[in-house]
Amino acid sequence: MSKLKKKSELEPGAIPFKSSKEYETGDWGITYPKIDYNKCTKCTLCHFFCPEGAINVREDGYTEVDYRYCKGCGICSHECPVKCIEMIVKK
Amino acid sequence: MSELTLKNLSKKPDLICPGARLCSGCDETIIVRLVLKATRGPTIVTNATGCLEVATTSFPYTAWDLPWIHSAFENTAATASGIEAAIKAMKKRKEGPLSNFENIDVLAFAGDGGTYDIGFQALSGAIERGHDFTYILLDNEAYMNTGIQRSGATPFSASTTTSPAGKIFLGKTENKKPLDEIIIAHALPYFATINAAWPLDVIKKTRKGIDINGPTFLHAIVPCSRGWRFPPEKTIEISRLAVQTCIFPLYEVNNYKGKTTYELSSPSLSIAKRPETKKTVEEYLKQQGRFSHLFKPEINKEYLKQIQETVDLKWSILLDKCGI
Ligand code: SF4
Ligand code: SF4
Repeated sequence: MSKLKKKSELEPGAIPFKSSKEYETGDWGITYPKIDYNKCTKCTLCHFFCPEGAINVREDGYTEVDYRYCKGCGICSHECPVKCIEMIVKK
Repeated sequence: MSELTLKNLSKKPDLICPGARLCSGCDETIIVRLVLKATRGPTIVTNATGCLEVATTSFPYTAWDLPWIHSAFENTAATASGIEAAIKAMKKRKEGPLSNFENIDVLAFAGDGGTYDIGFQALSGAIERGHDFTYILLDNEAYMNTGIQRSGATPFSASTTTSPAGKIFLGKTENKKPLDEIIIAHALPYFATINAAWPLDVIKKTRKGIDINGPTFLHAIVPCSRGWRFPPEKTIEISRLAVQTCIFPLYEVNNYKGKTTYELSSPSLSIAKRPETKKTVEEYLKQQGRFSHLFKPEINKEYLKQIQETVDLKWSILLDKCGI
C-alpha cells in the first residue's frame, strides 16, 4: 500500500489519490477465464473487449489474464472468435 | 504510435487502470479504454457525474492515469471549454504549467443523463463557441448510477424504475430524444456514432475527433447489464445487435465550410447494401429484461410493429442523408 501525498506536496486544488491498481477486484467474480493456448490465434480481441483491462498482450503475442483484477464477467469467453476461453467456476 | 491497427494498439498501455468499481461486464470502461487508446499525446479528461465518475474515483483511489477533472452533471462541456481556454491563455502568455506543451487534447466524458438532460445547455453553448474538445457520450439509456430512472435517452417502452411496465403503461411512453440530429444541427466539424463491438472503428473515429480542430462529438451506445437486464457476458453481443437491427446505426457526419456530409460506417453500410441481412428489432429487444413485458405473458405484436416501423423510418431517413 502506498502512502497518500500530503496536501502541501501538491499543486493548489489537487486532491491526493492513489492508483486503483491497489484495489484488486479479482475476488468479485464467481467464475474465471482460462485460455486454451493450443487454439488461441493471437487475434487480441479479448484484450480490447475486457472491461477491466485485465487481459494483457505478452511479448509472444498471446494474451494473458491478470487474475488480480478479472471480475469474471465472461465477455472474453463469449466473444473469442475461436471459443478458446473457458469460464471455470471458482472452488 | 504509428499506424492505427489492433496489433499496434494492443501494445499501447491503458490510460485507465484496472481496479475501478464499475459492475462486472460494464461497457463504459470498454469504450473508455478504446477512446484512450486513440490519444496522440498529453491529454486532459473531464468527466460528468455518473457511473463512470463515481466508480473510477472512489476515494482514495483513482483509475485515471492522466489528468482528470470532475464536473457536476450540468457542466462537463463548460469544464472542457475552460480547460481549452486555459491552455490557450497560458500558451499565449508563455507562462504557466501548460504553456510548454506543443499540443494538449481535451476529452469530455458524460452519460446520457449528463448530456440529453442536465448537461445539454452547457454542451450546446460549448459547441456553438467552437472550443477544441472531443465529447464522448456514454449512452446507457437511463440514470443507472442512481437506480435506473428514465432519461431523455430511454427508448420507447423500456421499463425503468420511474417508467415501470404495468397494466396501463408498458414502460416509457415517450420516444428517445433525437439528440444526434440536434447536435448535428449545430454544424460542428465532426460527429460520429461508436460501438464497442467494433473496437478499431471506435479508435479511428476518436482519433479523427481529436485531430480535427473544434468541437467534435462521439455518441457511444453502452449496454448496461443491470439496467437493461441481461447477463454481463452479453454486453458486446447486445451492443452489436443494436447496429445489426439498425436501432443504432454507425455513421459519421463531417461539416466542412458549411457543407454537411453523412457517411455510413462499414458495419451499417454492409446492411444498406444487403438489406436482407438487417435483423428485426425483436432479436434485440427479447434479450433484454427491460422489454420483457413485450414478450410475456404473450407477444405484444402491436408494440413490436410500432417499434419496428419507427426504426425503419429513421433508417430510411439516414440512408437518404447518406445518399444511398
Ligand atoms: S480472443 Fe481468443 S483467439 Fe483471440 S487472442 Fe483472445 S483468446 Fe486468443
Ligand atoms: S472475464 Fe471479464 S473481466 Fe475477466 S478477463 Fe474476461 S473480460 Fe476481463
